[in-house]
Amino acid sequence: MKIIRILRVSMRALARNKMRSFLTILGIIIGVAAVIAMVSIGEGAKKGIEERFASMGTNLLFVYPGSRNVRGVQSGFGGFTNLKPDDAKAIEERCDAVKATSPSINTRAQVVYANKNWNTQIQGTGEKFPEIRNWKVAEGVYFDETHVASAAKVCVLGSQVKQNLFEDEDPLGKTIRINKIPFTVIGVLESKGEQGGFFNRDDMIAAPYTTVMRRLRGVDYINSIDVAAVSADRTSEAQRQIEELMRERHRIAPGADDDFQVRNIADVAESAAESTKIMTILLGSIAGISLIVGGIGIMNIMLVSVTERIREIGVRLAVGARERDILLQFLIEAVVLSVTGGIIGIVVGVGASRLMKYISVFSNITTVVTPESIMLAFFFAASVGIFFGYYPARKASKLDPIEALRYE
Amino acid sequence: MSEKIIRLENIVRIYQIGETQVQALRGITYSVNYSEFLAIMGPSGSGKSTLMSILGLLDRPTSGQYFLEGVDVSKLSRDEMAAIRNRKIGFVFQNFNLLSRTTALENVELPMVYSHISSKEARDRAMKALASVGLKGWEHHRTNQLSGGQMQRVAIARALVNDPTLILADEPTGNLDSKTGAEIMDIFCRLNQERNITLIMVTHDPVIASYAKRRLYLKDGQIVGEEVSEGACDRAPASGG
Repeated sequence: MKIIRILRVSMRALARNKMRSFLTILGIIIGVAAVIAMVSIGEGAKKGIEERFASMGTNLLFVYPGSRNVRGVQSGFGGFTNLKPDDAKAIEERCDAVKATSPSINTRAQVVYANKNWNTQIQGTGEKFPEIRNWKVAEGVYFDETHVASAAKVCVLGSQVKQNLFEDEDPLGKTIRINKIPFTVIGVLESKGEQGGFFNRDDMIAAPYTTVMRRLRGVDYINSIDVAAVSADRTSEAQRQIEELMRERHRIAPGADDDFQVRNIADVAESAAESTKIMTILLGSIAGISLIVGGIGIMNIMLVSVTERIREIGVRLAVGARERDILLQFLIEAVVLSVTGGIIGIVVGVGASRLMKYISVFSNITTVVTPESIMLAFFFAASVGIFFGYYPARKASKLDPIEALRYE
Repeated sequence: MSEKIIRLENIVRIYQIGETQVQALRGITYSVNYSEFLAIMGPSGSGKSTLMSILGLLDRPTSGQYFLEGVDVSKLSRDEMAAIRNRKIGFVFQNFNLLSRTTALENVELPMVYSHISSKEARDRAMKALASVGLKGWEHHRTNQLSGGQMQRVAIARALVNDPTLILADEPTGNLDSKTGAEIMDIFCRLNQERNITLIMVTHDPVIASYAKRRLYLKDGQIVGEEVSEGACDRAPASGG
């Protein structure tokens, strides 16, 4: 009850200096809002990745080319050319835990239809891609074995690309130009329903991998192989079989390092989550620095406030305030400032995260505000108030009453 | 014999200013009776302000003993001194020392923020104290809307509100014209006579000092004289305000 009375004293003192109090908490408002908005971006990316992997199915494996060690010379990452379409075929035929494979090769290209154009990802796949990735065709059909065998110039549009190039027009049977090469649209993929995100899977065009290899990239290798195991509980068995087969096919001596990597979806999801976590921490700590700067602002103003009110402190001491009463009064003032700033900052931060998608620059960023980030920002703000308010408050409480009363 | 509110035994106060020591009080031995009205006079630098600070428990003597109502208070901690100031002592200053941008009522309630009094009772007591100094109706005026005399009345109400046994006034009329000063002195007389509050006042103005029954003269940190006479309070009893 004593605290309540001192709280009232503090509130009154703050109310007497409304403008200054507001400017002081502005730093905290910005800091808290920044922490919440930044963490929401990181969490949004994390959620996007989680959802994507969840929708891909749990029996998925990927074969990537890896670094190869030839007589002590380690080749670096990038420019791997040792993964061939035949590897995919062999895996599908000879590993009995494997249901299907699809070679994968990607490129980016400018796509033109009529007077519209768009830059997007061209994903070269096998005909079993929709089955492996659990992805349905919304309109038309996906390309088949004969399209792949003949490197036909056909393509299937992601829903975002369809929207951008055709809007309400029916795309089926139309010809679009990918890097000036005409392709016939034979299908449209179902939307994965991703709003923004760093990697929007609807923003792509699928074409036979053979076509992408020969006509768009002009290479004889592929980037990776998508593999579907027979069932989710046989993925590790499939992984073992693939590794064995690949070592045999690539003639890797016993004890030598693999020149490929087989990873299952759980591993991939984990490493993707790890990288977004690092991003979240990075964004959050940059925003946290602004919160500390806001705290220094509070300390600065509280020191000014103590100097300005030395006489007041003297009067309070004279009428019987104890050291603790004065300390509490100024500490509470600092905490009230930072907590008020924290609350306003939460509102601003949550609002900013919600509004971000309406600002064109950020339109493809998904944000997710978690209760944890709100709590974190709020308690950080409150502790900033206590930490930076303590020194001025202590200074005030240690004043000599006689000198304080005489202070001009 | 124990009917002394204040007993000072050889009070010495030395200030250390850099290398040099300044003896502000050089052994003061004195006592004050309950319900007395005492004026302390002396030129500047005589130590009267230092003596007031020690009497008001705002400062501690370097040596010597100070008994307030029979209890040695010369070696208390800061917080113990604060508690006694809160309960037993009221201060009135030359420059009023009210909180700016606050109402008269809030100023008077201030000492009760630091004692165990409910806010409702604090309000009642503050209203009564303001009424007793003739400020009924001014409770919600801010201090910057008040005249000098009114501000000093608020300060007196604040000194009174915790029912002190001792009020210390440091040049209470120093910033007021003589007519307003006389009004303030009337209030002090009434407090002294009707409520039996012990009053100690520092002043250099002989007219103001003449209100007190006893006058103590200080010079160079020592008592150089004492005068007892009928105070102006007794000659012209305060008109009931």
